[in-house]
Amino acid sequence: MTGLYANELTLAYDDASIIHNLRLAIPMGQVTALVGPNGCGKSTLLRGISRLLKPKHGTVILDGQDIWKLPTKELAKRLGILPQSPVAPEGLTVHELVAQGRYPHQSWLQQWSAEDERVTQEALAITHIEDFADRPVDTLSGGQRQRAWIAMTLAQDSEVILLDEPTTFLDLAYQIDVLDLLYELNRQRKKTIVMVVHDLNHACRYADYLVAVKEGQIAAQGIPSEVVTERLVREVFGVECLIIPDPVTATPLVVPVGRTGKTQPKETVYKADERPDEAEREIA
Amino acid sequence: MASESHAHSVRGTWVTIRPRWGRFSYRFDKRVPLVALGIVIFTLVTLVVSISYGEYDIPPLEVVRTIFNVNQDHADYANYRLVVHTFRLPRITLAFLVGMTLAVSGAIMQGITRNPLADPYLLGVSGGASLAAVTVIVWLRITTAGLLPWAAFAGALITAGAIYGLAWKRGSSTPIRLILIGIALESVIGAVTTVMLLFGNINDVQQAYVWLTGSVYGRNWEHVQVLGAWLIVFMPMATLMGRELNTMGLGDDAAKGLGQRVERQRGLLMVVSVALAAGAVAVAGTIGFVGLVAPHVTRRLVGPSHEGLLPVSALFGGALLVLADLIGRWAIAPSELPVGVVTAMIGAPYFIYLLYRNRNR
Repeated sequence: MTGLYANELTLAYDDASIIHNLRLAIPMGQVTALVGPNGCGKSTLLRGISRLLKPKHGTVILDGQDIWKLPTKELAKRLGILPQSPVAPEGLTVHELVAQGRYPHQSWLQQWSAEDERVTQEALAITHIEDFADRPVDTLSGGQRQRAWIAMTLAQDSEVILLDEPTTFLDLAYQIDVLDLLYELNRQRKKTIVMVVHDLNHACRYADYLVAVKEGQIAAQGIPSEVVTERLVREVFGVECLIIPDPVTATPLVVPVGRTGKTQPKETVYKADERPDEAEREIA
Repeated sequence: MASESHAHSVRGTWVTIRPRWGRFSYRFDKRVPLVALGIVIFTLVTLVVSISYGEYDIPPLEVVRTIFNVNQDHADYANYRLVVHTFRLPRITLAFLVGMTLAVSGAIMQGITRNPLADPYLLGVSGGASLAAVTVIVWLRITTAGLLPWAAFAGALITAGAIYGLAWKRGSSTPIRLILIGIALESVIGAVTTVMLLFGNINDVQQAYVWLTGSVYGRNWEHVQVLGAWLIVFMPMATLMGRELNTMGLGDDAAKGLGQRVERQRGLLMVVSVALAAGAVAVAGTIGFVGLVAPHVTRRLVGPSHEGLLPVSALFGGALLVLADLIGRWAIAPSELPVGVVTAMIGAPYFIYLLYRNRNR
C-alpha cells in the first residue's frame, strides 16, 4: 500500500484540540494544497502528517508503515518538510545549507560522500542558485532564500515534500517564482508536493488536489475546478465571492465581493459637499 | 550537474577528506587549515616567550633547547630543566588544555541553544563547582589537594543535571527553558556560596576566592595528564558530533524534518559540553569568558559550520588562555594575577561589544 494517509487523526497542543478524527489520503505524484482560514488547523495538519506533532489519537501511514514507528532518518529519506519561515544561522552559505539536506543519508563516520556532493550540486542546479552558492543565506533576498531552503529539501531526495506556507512574506513575483518551481518539481521530478497555501487563487492554479480545512475538519477535497464553489468559499472563509475561469489557466478564480462591491459605484459615494475639507479647498 | 562553469565556484567553500579505503568522509571550511596553522604558530611563540619570562629569565633559544633536552652541556642546564619542566611548562600546557576545553564546551552550548551569548557555564557548571569548592575549602577546611577537583567536578555535574531535569517538560527541554532555569538555579547557588564565604575564616576565604577566579598557578603534570585524558575521550566525540550541531542550528522543526532526533542529540551534546566544562573547572577553577569569546571569534574566522568551528575554537581558546596566563604573570610582577582575572578583563569588553552588536536582534 503506497501513499500517505491520515487515519482517525486527532491533533492537539497541550489540551486544545485542533484536528478531530480526520481522514485524509494524499494523492501521490500530485500537488496538493491545504487551504482554509487562519486558525482552521491546516498548518497543524501538515505538522501532524510530517511527524513534527505527535497525534493524540490515530495514525499517519506512509507506504503502509506508521510514520512514528519508522526510524527518523528512514522517514526523512522518503518525506521532507520545510517549516514556515525557517532561519539559517548567521553566515551559513547557500551551499552549506543545501548540503544539510543530506543529513538523513549520513552517519558519524560517513559525513560527506561523493553521492552527497552530487545530489547537492544537482539540487543547486535545479533551483538555479549555483550563482550565489557561496553567499551567506542571510544576505539573500526573500525569494532566493526560499529557493535555497527548497533546494535543501530537494537534496534530501525524498519522494514527498511538505511545505508550510512557502510563499508567506514574499513579494508577489517571488511567490509566483516559488510556486512555479514547486510545480516543475512535481511535473519534471515526480515529487509529491503537499503545501499549506494562504492564497486560494494560488491553490486553485497550482494544485491538482485541494483540501479545504475548517475548524479542524475537512470541509471539501478534490480537484479545484470541481471543489471550489461560491458556496464553499462562503462556508469555509466566510467571504461572498464570484468564481470565474482564470483567464490564463482556466482554473477557478475567486473574486471576492466584499463591502465595496455591494455599495454604489465610487463616484457617488463621496460628494464634494459632504466632505467639508474638500469643499473648502475648492472655495479657496 | 547542470552547468560545469558554475561548479568550480561552488566547490570552493570546503575541503573534503574522503580516503579511497574505508567508509569515512569528513568536510570542513577551506579557511580551517590556514587559520589553524596561524593559531598554532602564535601559540608556540607565546609558549616560548611565556616560559622564557619570569623571575628567572631564560633566553628563548635555551627554552626551546631545554624543552627538547638538547642543551645538557649548558652550564645552567640543571636550573633550566627545573624551571622549564617542573614549573612553567606544565602550567602553560595546562592553560592551553583548559582553554581548549572551555572553548569547545562553549561552542557546543552556543550551538545547542542557537544563542551566541551562551557559555560553558550555562547549565550551572561554575555555580555548582564553586559551591562544592567553597564547601571543601571554607566549611570542611580540607586542604589536601586531591579532594578539591573531584568535589568541584561532582558539584558541576549535579547542578547541570538538576537544571536539565527542571527544564524538562513534556518530553522536551527547549533552549529558552534551559537558559531561564539555569539563571534561576545559578542565582540560588550563588547566594548560598556567598553566605559561606561571608562566615568563613578569612584565610580560607582568600584561598577560595583564588579558586573561584580560576588559576593555573602551581599546577603540575598530574593535572595535565588528567585533563588530557579527559580531552582524548570527549574532543573527538565533540568534533564528530559537529554535524549534529549544524543540523540543530536550522531550528528544531527543520532538524526533525531532516530526520534528526533533536531531543536525544541535544541531550548527548549537553552531556559532552558539561563534561568538558566540569573537567576544566575541576583542575583550574571557574575561568570565565574564554568559552564565550573563543567560539565567537572563531566563527568569524572559519564560518558557522561546526566541523571546523569546534577544533579551531579549541586551538583559539588554548592560545587565548596561554596569552592570558602570560599577561597575568607579567602585569603586576613579581606578584601574579589569576588567569581568570585576565580573561575577564579581555572578555568583558568583548562581551559588551557583542551585546552592542546584537542589540537589534
